[in-house]
Amino acid sequence: MSRSNLFLLVLIAGVAALPLFGEAYALRLGTIACMYAILALSWNVVGGLAGYPSFATAAFFGLGAYIAGVLLARGMPLAVAIPIAGIGSFLVAALLGAALLRLRGHYFAIASLSLIEVFRELVNNATDLTGGGMGLNIPLAASAGVMADATFFFYVMWGLLLATAVMVMAVSLSKLGFGLSCIRQNETAANMVGLNTTLYKSIAFGLSACFVGGAGGVYAAWVHYIDPSDVFDILYSVKPIVMALIGGLGSPLGVTIGAFVYLGLEEVVWRNYIQIHSGVLGVIIVLLLLFLPHGLMSVRVRQWWRRTKNV
Amino acid sequence: MLAAQILINALVLGCLYACIAIGFSLVWGVLNVINLIHGSFIVLGAYLAWSLYQGFHVSPWYALVIAAPLFFVLGYVIQRVILNRVITAPVLVTLTMTFGLDLILNNAMIYYFKADYRKLSLTPPMGSVSIFDVVVPIDRLVATVAALALTGVLYLILRRLRVGRAIVAVRLDRDAAVLMGVDVNSIYAIAFGLGAALAGCAGVLMALIFPISPLTSTAYLGKAFVVCVLGGLGSVSGALAGGLLLALIEGVGSAMFGPAHATTLSFALLIVFLILRPQGLLGRKGFE
Repeated sequence: MSRSNLFLLVLIAGVAALPLFGEAYALRLGTIACMYAILALSWNVVGGLAGYPSFATAAFFGLGAYIAGVLLARGMPLAVAIPIAGIGSFLVAALLGAALLRLRGHYFAIASLSLIEVFRELVNNATDLTGGGMGLNIPLAASAGVMADATFFFYVMWGLLLATAVMVMAVSLSKLGFGLSCIRQNETAANMVGLNTTLYKSIAFGLSACFVGGAGGVYAAWVHYIDPSDVFDILYSVKPIVMALIGGLGSPLGVTIGAFVYLGLEEVVWRNYIQIHSGVLGVIIVLLLLFLPHGLMSVRVRQWWRRTKNV
Repeated sequence: MLAAQILINALVLGCLYACIAIGFSLVWGVLNVINLIHGSFIVLGAYLAWSLYQGFHVSPWYALVIAAPLFFVLGYVIQRVILNRVITAPVLVTLTMTFGLDLILNNAMIYYFKADYRKLSLTPPMGSVSIFDVVVPIDRLVATVAALALTGVLYLILRRLRVGRAIVAVRLDRDAAVLMGVDVNSIYAIAFGLGAALAGCAGVLMALIFPISPLTSTAYLGKAFVVCVLGGLGSVSGALAGGLLLALIEGVGSAMFGPAHATTLSFALLIVFLILRPQGLLGRKGFE
């Protein structure tokens, strides 16, 4: 196990101690932090490892939220609904991926963006099942109070984050991860030497959707009300990319740190500039891309490189 | 008669769609950038027409003349100052960059104009014309003609002017254009400025027909996506073909399955087209 993976596990373990300082606000923030880290880590599998510019995160977040939401509203327990949301997202993504991932570059980006629109419109129009534009109410589980509820959902989201991190590490250590790196560097060559690129890309796309769908499901159960424009928000697709860019593409530790840094920025902006919060987010994105295109991790690496050169 | 009405509606709407998409298509084709600010440019153009009409009683036709140079300068500056620094970066970076710029512009519009829906209503209203039971509102008709004229102007610029030939040259082969002495950075900025100017003018025309709100920018952008993919990138005729096809599909789809499913249909078609024929109806193969 590499050092950076070890750091990642330590970081995630550190987050688990949050309820000890247990205010309700800290718990809420912690739950969102775990959710963002799940989205960013998952995006990294297809965006960072395989190098495909996917904007489909929001599509699978919403899909998972609605699968779990509909099941929960029909009285299914959480422990069954969340895995179904994850597995359902995996299957849908893997099947769509087999077709969509034949596209490259701009065309793939456009197709993955359009996926959000298609899913949102489908959910919007399936009023009988999903409540359409009116949204979907998810019944409150019998609980022991507000704090107990908040702690419970924090740990559910945290568990999902741990599972995502383990998945990401397993992928990067396995043949799959190696194959994805080959695809990123030169897909045609990878294909030539006998790598089944379609299969690898589909699995990667499925894995990147699986935990996002699960996180969507937990989110739905946590907030008790979802509507199409909320969970199919394109920002859920862009935020993970910004987080990955903050941390540095490809490195799981960097991406997770990026998620936490991003959440910190977002909270400060929301608190101080509620009227112009999305504009400030835009400014952050522009400045980040102009002045720190390789992320925070690159700063460390560059200094380290300089030191070794001096020796 | 219903069929004739659907056909006429599609024809009118298709020209407007082409007008929305053509600047987007130009930027994508020449700069290889998916320009997500395009939708907000269109809305900004609509607000310009609305403010000029409300504040100074300037007719939207003059607003077109004012909008074109203003938006050209805006686009030129944005490209030169910001976008040009990441122009060689992968699609992920350029796309996220234009998304960031779009957030800024859209938020600024929500801040200044509020998110309320507004309407530019001409006094007196233009009414409508009916030929053999087929009804067409005159404002739509006029906007359609103006949209076609704008498309024609772009076609002439690309065909006849020296700078237009340079833009086409850069689109066809960037490296060869450099070797022939074309200043690529300046062409990029001019093409982006042209794209912005077309978006601004399209916005002025949209103000005549549709309600104005910053929230509508994503809908315009979505139309531009679909039109570009259907018709093929970078060419004027491709945008026209894509616009007409999209309007026809939406019209027929609404009549058959109900208007709620028109958007789903168009985006599903977009994905099918991307998979089966990514070069579009009139595009060349291998042009990415």
